[in-house]
Amino acid sequence: MAEWLAIVLRVALVLGTVVGAAALLTWIERRLLGLWQDRYGPNRVGPFGVFQVIADMIKLIGKEDVVPPFVDKPVYILAPAIAMATLLLVFAVLPFTADFQIAELNIGLLFFLAMTSLAVYGVLLGGYASNNKYALLGALRSAAQTVSYEVFMGLSLLGVVLQAGSFNLRDIVLAQEGLWFCLPQALGLVLFLIAGVAESHRLPFDLPEAEHELTAGYHTEYSGLKFAMFFLGEYLGVILISAMVTLLFFGGWLGPVLPPWLWFLLKTTFFALLFVLLRASLPRPRYDQLMAFGWKVMLPLALLNLTVTGLVLL
Amino acid sequence: MQALFYITAIIALAAAARVVTGVNAVHALLHLIVTLLAVALLFFMLGAPFAAALEIIIYAGAIMVLMVFVIMMLNQGDAAVENERLWLSGRLWWGPAALAAILLAETSYLVLAGGGSGVEPRPVDGPAVGRALYGPYLLAVELASILLMAALVGAFHLSRKLRGRGRTQP
Repeated sequence: MAEWLAIVLRVALVLGTVVGAAALLTWIERRLLGLWQDRYGPNRVGPFGVFQVIADMIKLIGKEDVVPPFVDKPVYILAPAIAMATLLLVFAVLPFTADFQIAELNIGLLFFLAMTSLAVYGVLLGGYASNNKYALLGALRSAAQTVSYEVFMGLSLLGVVLQAGSFNLRDIVLAQEGLWFCLPQALGLVLFLIAGVAESHRLPFDLPEAEHELTAGYHTEYSGLKFAMFFLGEYLGVILISAMVTLLFFGGWLGPVLPPWLWFLLKTTFFALLFVLLRASLPRPRYDQLMAFGWKVMLPLALLNLTVTGLVLL
Repeated sequence: MQALFYITAIIALAAAARVVTGVNAVHALLHLIVTLLAVALLFFMLGAPFAAALEIIIYAGAIMVLMVFVIMMLNQGDAAVENERLWLSGRLWWGPAALAAILLAETSYLVLAGGGSGVEPRPVDGPAVGRALYGPYLLAVELASILLMAALVGAFHLSRKLRGRGRTQP
């Protein structure tokens, strides 16, 4: 009984922290964007505007949740759930510290890749079910983009797998005790970061919802809580990719003096803020440029990285 | 564990039945995805986590995405659903039903005759899959890679730009 209670508490802790962090990140992003664009951002509600998150939440819950009459209803309702659930599931296999992990899976890394590849259905089905041409175009772009960038996302991680000799995330972190993989796998790190930005549909790769040409892309027809789930899903993606970069390339919880969980938190926060900085500073490429870049530059580089790593290890 | 196996198997079968009998193409594809996920879970429970992960990444996550992609682009409306409904009624069922009945008879014979394959199931992890693929099954891997190469060259040929005209081949 106590064992079950401990598991439930762990799940609740991780779930609460992750979703709370994703919500907080929306406020942090707006404040930071304000800072970098020489304006204030939301600073009215509470100290520094931090309660803006709660105000937004109340607003979204209070709004009418419209299901337009022309949509494919079951799929329309399913889509935001897929977008959020697949990303949340991955947090179950992440080792936050050496002894805090919900489920140790010896194919943890593959589980991450599997869930991110399923996450595209959220966007794809949302766009299809909305029965709206902007939503459909956004969904088509998203499918093409995700399938392309997924290919070398997997390939860029294989260098790490080769060096650690395991798919188990915990073993991968422990293998970095002497040297973090960000040095020997520098190319893999860059490739994974770019693929991660593309996978979570963040600027500069947010073409599925590019507002200047597609109104809001795949979630044009969504409102209320369903919209909130898509929105939160995006920030969950940011946190997830940051956590994966930390685990795979920057030694996870490893670090001197400070307690392990704090190291993990600091490193993950750093990369989440890097995502925001990217959004503030980079312009959006054209769609064909994005695809050509993926297949003609990133894929060969990922294969090169894998070959060289394999040769060195042999 | 046994109960989990049967629940998953029933989900896989029910979803597969909906794939065949469904009239809306996208809904049928969604059921196919559920089937694939259930089969992946079965692999996982039978001690093949690596195969389970690949099933999801490759089949559910990549191939099915492309199929949904194509069907979305065709954007068939209610007319296609009506059409499908007409096709699915009546005599069309006899052929597939006969083939499925033969398979069912074979399976029941094997189950009733007992014995099975005589191989003890044991967990197969990633390295074991790699050793099997590049050991005894090397020839099959090479043949598959030749096939994929041919498909790649074919796709490239179909989508290449005609020189000087700047448009793709019809």
